[in-house]
Amino acid sequence: MSESIDIRRREFLKASAAVGGGLVLGFYIPLRGAEIAAAQQPPPAVEPNAWIRIAPDERVTILVAKAEMGQGVYTSLPMLIAEELELDWNQIRVAAAPAAPAYKHTVFGIQVTGGSTSVSSSWDQLRTVGASMREMLILAAAQQWAVAPAACQAEKGRVRHPASGREASYGSLAELASRLPVPQQVALKEPKDFKIIGQALPRLDTAEKIDGSGQFGLDVLIPDMLVAVLARSPVFGGQVKSFKAEQAGKVPGVKAVAQVPSGVVVAASDFWSALQGRKALEIVWDEGEGATLATEKLRQQYAELVKTPGTVARQEGDVAQALAGAAKTLEAVYEVPYLAHACMEPLNCVVDLREDRCEIWTGTQFQGGDQNAAAAVAGLKPEQVTINTMLLGGGFGRRANPHSDFVVEAVQVAKALKQPVKVIWTREDDMRGGHYRPLWYSRMNAGLASDGTPLAWQQRIVGQSIIAGTAFEQAMVHNGIDGTSVEGAAELPYAIPNLLVDLHSPKNVVPVQWWRSVGHSHTGFVVESFIDELAAASGTDPYLFRRRLLTAAPRHLGVLELVTKKSVWDKPAPAGRARGLAVHASFGSWVAQVAEVSVDKNGQINVHRVVCAVDCGRVVNPDTVKAQMEGGIIFGLSAALFGEITLKDGRVEQSNFHDYPVVRLDESPEIDVHIVPSSERPTGVGEPGTPPIAAAVANAVFAASGIRLRRLPMTAARVREAMKG
Amino acid sequence: MIKLNVNGKDYQLDISAEVPLLWVIRDQLQLTGTKYGCGMSLCGACTVHIDGAAARSCVTPVGEVAGRKVVTIEGLEANLRTPLQTAWAAEEVPQCGYCQPGQIMSAAALLTENPQPKDADIDAAMSGNLCRCGTYPRIRRAIQRVARLLPERSAP
Repeated sequence: MSESIDIRRREFLKASAAVGGGLVLGFYIPLRGAEIAAAQQPPPAVEPNAWIRIAPDERVTILVAKAEMGQGVYTSLPMLIAEELELDWNQIRVAAAPAAPAYKHTVFGIQVTGGSTSVSSSWDQLRTVGASMREMLILAAAQQWAVAPAACQAEKGRVRHPASGREASYGSLAELASRLPVPQQVALKEPKDFKIIGQALPRLDTAEKIDGSGQFGLDVLIPDMLVAVLARSPVFGGQVKSFKAEQAGKVPGVKAVAQVPSGVVVAASDFWSALQGRKALEIVWDEGEGATLATEKLRQQYAELVKTPGTVARQEGDVAQALAGAAKTLEAVYEVPYLAHACMEPLNCVVDLREDRCEIWTGTQFQGGDQNAAAAVAGLKPEQVTINTMLLGGGFGRRANPHSDFVVEAVQVAKALKQPVKVIWTREDDMRGGHYRPLWYSRMNAGLASDGTPLAWQQRIVGQSIIAGTAFEQAMVHNGIDGTSVEGAAELPYAIPNLLVDLHSPKNVVPVQWWRSVGHSHTGFVVESFIDELAAASGTDPYLFRRRLLTAAPRHLGVLELVTKKSVWDKPAPAGRARGLAVHASFGSWVAQVAEVSVDKNGQINVHRVVCAVDCGRVVNPDTVKAQMEGGIIFGLSAALFGEITLKDGRVEQSNFHDYPVVRLDESPEIDVHIVPSSERPTGVGEPGTPPIAAAVANAVFAASGIRLRRLPMTAARVREAMKG
Repeated sequence: MIKLNVNGKDYQLDISAEVPLLWVIRDQLQLTGTKYGCGMSLCGACTVHIDGAAARSCVTPVGEVAGRKVVTIEGLEANLRTPLQTAWAAEEVPQCGYCQPGQIMSAAALLTENPQPKDADIDAAMSGNLCRCGTYPRIRRAIQRVARLLPERSAP
């Protein structure tokens, strides 16, 4: 090793240690225990010291408790604090918060990033944190100058006393302020006074992401660290029956081979050696019941199940009677496949396990759950487990595993090796590792009156429950209904008098998990495609048809009106192209999209342009909102056109980007995002851009060709098949 | 022993010639800006320059680059790095950021060869670099912006 490498390593460790340094304003608001326990919804304690560090050099570090996985929380959440704290945007640095009680999600009660809730759940909390700190800095200055706090003002990182012309920087006041009590109540700004919220301020994490210095989990280097890969069962639920480590152990660089609960680990001085070691392993697997699993069999099972009544999730009126009396009825079966998240950064986790503590470096969305799970494996208390949240090379839900799978496994490996270790999943490991978006079937039935008015709508859903068997089951599964299975279907926005949504939740060994937009990732496609079928059956323009049924849904209507205006819906599409429309609400936000597509004679769908309208309440950073809509659309487009995980003989058939393609730059449409102005509370943006796009494209294909595609992905081969009739 | 020149610095490494350059860069030289994404030249996260041309380091055996000049994101020359970083920041390209070093290395190679790329040129040069966050429209705009920033540049 050259000296420069050693220096780099030391610098990294120094930098890591420095995160704990700086002048910390050290105080907590004491919890009024009894009062809070008595309250139904205890207000979160305001703990400014957990969030803000003011250094003597005027740099302000804001700790962010949510994982930065691209969605922009390292910018939008500091903006909430900075607005009230009266900071200059240039003086702010951002750092990942550790896993600790102060950082619990204000709604979910455990530290996690998910459900497109980062801004909405922090909106009151972080503005209050910022305002509290501002008041304490003002009080500190007022005491120093022996003037009334009300006569002082905070602005751009300084406190001023206009009457005397005195002023002091936050850096010079921080120490005194730290000894003052946190105010019991603070007034938050009126929106008309916002200087930061609502501005397209530059992201705070851009510089490190364009010069290669940003540290993702995969980039972590700690002293004496081994690099490990695992041989996991080729079939979900399989176990190691026996293995021979001899050949693997002879591979240069390999330091250890050991059995762990999820398989056999090969640890080496570097990744490549570990991989060569893994290739030399001989393992006999007890594959278990999963060995006979095949997608085709599951499809047959679901196709039968969807014919029989399920557990009712929503019922209005009498669908059977209304269907019997309808002038026209429609029936269709829709289907979407298992999907891998395929984050650009494959899963990985670094663990340094000692007798009395465990330190973890990883890109995780679920610090709270991971801390508890790691503690359980290590035989430690949660507070003995330190989680360093690195930058996440994509999350999309995969890095919030309800069982903390990749963290638990890495702690098990560290336990077996008794040495610090980085576990790396290859792309193939990551893609074949399960925790997929479930395979879903929906049978749709509708009845129309003779004038085309819809009278009845039924959606019967078949698919595995994501929540069953997790710690969230008690809170999120009610009367046999996993709310995430039917979200986007049960709350149908269209005014149809007779409505029935029912559900089957069959089980199998394929691990399933939330995937950007969760249940909406299938219901958005199905509901918005089938409503288009109804529009066509009634001979009505898809926009006008929806508008008539949305008169009591003003925010749906708002995005629908905006998107059709901006896409010039009332004028024909350019020659050779057709447009399709979809509108879907999810995670508190409303999104409408118009896709402009062409279909060539080989069945290839080209998506040229997408116009998107979003209503997400008050906007914190409009550029972030636009970026999330763009990203959500392209993510959804990959699933609409290409994404499919299939199993044969219990084995996942896909392994890498050649057989699990995703949208590339030359396939990416031009995207035009418009935001509905709003003064309502902020709502989600990370996920809501994804659900409508598959339907918008499928509806455009129908408009272009008369072909109705009801199964994703809409590959050229499937389009060709449909063209044959 | 394999002699390497990475970012202008000479190294002598006792390593098998078959090891992919990516893992030599990351594990031996500990330059972690170059990312692992697929290991099969499918995603472009590992893009570096070899004698000025964009190459996928995950499928390039280190023996093949002995005696050649390797440049990673950390060593990108300022005349390329500055306009690219300026444009990338101005367009707010990165989301998660993991693929961006590879995107920038591909874009740098494109702009060196063709300072005024047309859309089709950008498609051809950049479609080997995947981005799951969907930053493609902004990558395209950032490259167009660099082309505008450097109107006087001409092909070497």
